[in-house]
Amino acid sequence: MSVPSEAEPVRRRLRRSHRATEEGIHYSRWFWPSFTIPASLWLAVLFILPLYTVVSIAFGTVDPIFRGPLPVYEPWWWSGKQFGRVLDESFGLYRHVYIHTFEYVVIASALCLVLAYTVAYYVARYGGKRKTLLLALLIAPFFISYLMRMLAWINLLDTEGYVNKILTFLHLVPHPIDWLSGRPSTVIMGLVYGYIPYMILPLYAFLDRIDANLLEAGRDLGAGPARTFFRVTLPLSRPGILAALVIVSLPMMGDYYTNNLLSGSPHTTMLGNLIDDAYGSTGQGPRAAVYVLILMVLLIIPMLYYLRSTARSLLTR
Amino acid sequence: MSESVLTGPQTRAIPRARGGFVRRWVRNPWRRPTFLATVTWAYIAWSLIPLTIAIAVSFNRSRSSSSVNLFSVQWWWTDPSDSLLHDPELHSAVIQSLKLSLTTMVIAVPLGVAFALGIDRWRGRVASGANFVMLLSFVMPEIILGLSLFFVFSFLLKFVPLGSSAQILGLVTFQVSYPVIIVRARLLSIGKDYEEAAMDLGATPQQSIRAVLLPMLYPAIFASAAIVFADTIDDFVTVRYLSGPATSEPLSVKIYNFARGQPSPAINAAATFMLGSTIVVAAVAYLLYRAFTKGQRSGAGLGDLATQF
Repeated sequence: MSVPSEAEPVRRRLRRSHRATEEGIHYSRWFWPSFTIPASLWLAVLFILPLYTVVSIAFGTVDPIFRGPLPVYEPWWWSGKQFGRVLDESFGLYRHVYIHTFEYVVIASALCLVLAYTVAYYVARYGGKRKTLLLALLIAPFFISYLMRMLAWINLLDTEGYVNKILTFLHLVPHPIDWLSGRPSTVIMGLVYGYIPYMILPLYAFLDRIDANLLEAGRDLGAGPARTFFRVTLPLSRPGILAALVIVSLPMMGDYYTNNLLSGSPHTTMLGNLIDDAYGSTGQGPRAAVYVLILMVLLIIPMLYYLRSTARSLLTR
Repeated sequence: MSESVLTGPQTRAIPRARGGFVRRWVRNPWRRPTFLATVTWAYIAWSLIPLTIAIAVSFNRSRSSSSVNLFSVQWWWTDPSDSLLHDPELHSAVIQSLKLSLTTMVIAVPLGVAFALGIDRWRGRVASGANFVMLLSFVMPEIILGLSLFFVFSFLLKFVPLGSSAQILGLVTFQVSYPVIIVRARLLSIGKDYEEAAMDLGATPQQSIRAVLLPMLYPAIFASAAIVFADTIDDFVTVRYLSGPATSEPLSVKIYNFARGQPSPAINAAATFMLGSTIVVAAVAYLLYRAFTKGQRSGAGLGDLATQF
């Protein structure tokens, strides 16, 4: 662990003035910066500029005849008309969409956390000689397409699929259940299934790094296994838990495909579906842009939190 | 059970330690590791069994998954019109998928590796700003990035037509952060000593990078290439928003379009094919990794890879 000390700014200043002599390396001033130029330019043109275009469309006007968006690139000509209209909609007609989205994401992330933490904890602490095998099995879904994994559930949950067959065979349900048309439980299951691999691995990496001596110290000082877990392991893993929650809830918030594939019904519409539907219908360009902007505003704090926490964990690793 | 109670505490401990998994579980299902192990293996089964069934469906003779008649390659290539090989739409989608993934990999990996090198050694405000933007593009939900790119190509950068070129530009934007993150993690663990030693021995900065640093980065580079390939071949959000004519839709988009509408085992065959190509690329990357890291591996395995995510 590197300890950032108060001497750090001083040291940095020293390094700056005596760079060549102190390090014994004679890089020209632009040597390292030049490495970053291609990717930086790429991001400027294909990441920053597109985001700005979205803002220009969201605050732009609409072609009166073709109803297509007319982006306005100068901030001083921006109009909030489109934005206001969508915001009105969000508090009225589509309020339930926002509520659904939050409900599904919160429930799915919580389920993910309980399951992922249990699995990650087991592998990190008790994996033993099976650790490599377990990790390989946990990494496998990473390399399997999200679509394939959803397709698997479409096959299984179909009215003629195996789930219904087993349920009717065991006489648990009289008729096959139509799982795939607008059931929130199916959508939440799909979200958990789709995103949990992204949570297990970072949690595992975090739990694996917790010093076993700390746990032993807890036990030595008289705490039982449960108490050691709740007083030592859990508090130590809090940053890992928060980061893992953010890493699954960010894509869930923008998810529309899980919902489309496993439900496709307006009963389970999420924010991502609103965006995707607006993209799909003509004349709705500005609306899509406003929704993208709203989603970005909703997610900016978790995104910044995640970036800060990962930056810190890189420093202390 | 009653016997062990009668024989007293010393002997009671022995059967508990020896009993099989099921017996131990019946005796006390809440004993910690047993409970955790059950959950873990149940999770693994839940995560992998649906996939094996989906793969099996592609080898099923019948169109519906309810009648099982396995080991037919009808949906792969035998069927003259509906199989993966002969359906013209699916056939061209396979080629488009491979084209997009390979091109994205070839562009994104060098861009990302160079950026990681530069950002690791060049400290300052501008550098950390560029790094921040890079990481922001990594955590940004794909729907936001995909639609913004769609807007920029339809309004501001109109000279890029929607289709393959727009898709590749978009995919590289989305993927370039993987090599950056993975290579930076590796650079942190390498440190500067090797390079400095090379330069003390008279190498120029360019030589020290090419002959010393780059070979040490090969594992990270191969890992990120495999991840970029796997992630690109699966991608359909960005690709779908940036696709122009139907011929520019790769397999992932076709699967998304067909999955609910007209499910057919050929779609499962398509998805299985994507899985297969990912495995091939991951295997090649792993073999290259082994070939290039002889002598510098330190018992590192999957655990090491997992910590990079």
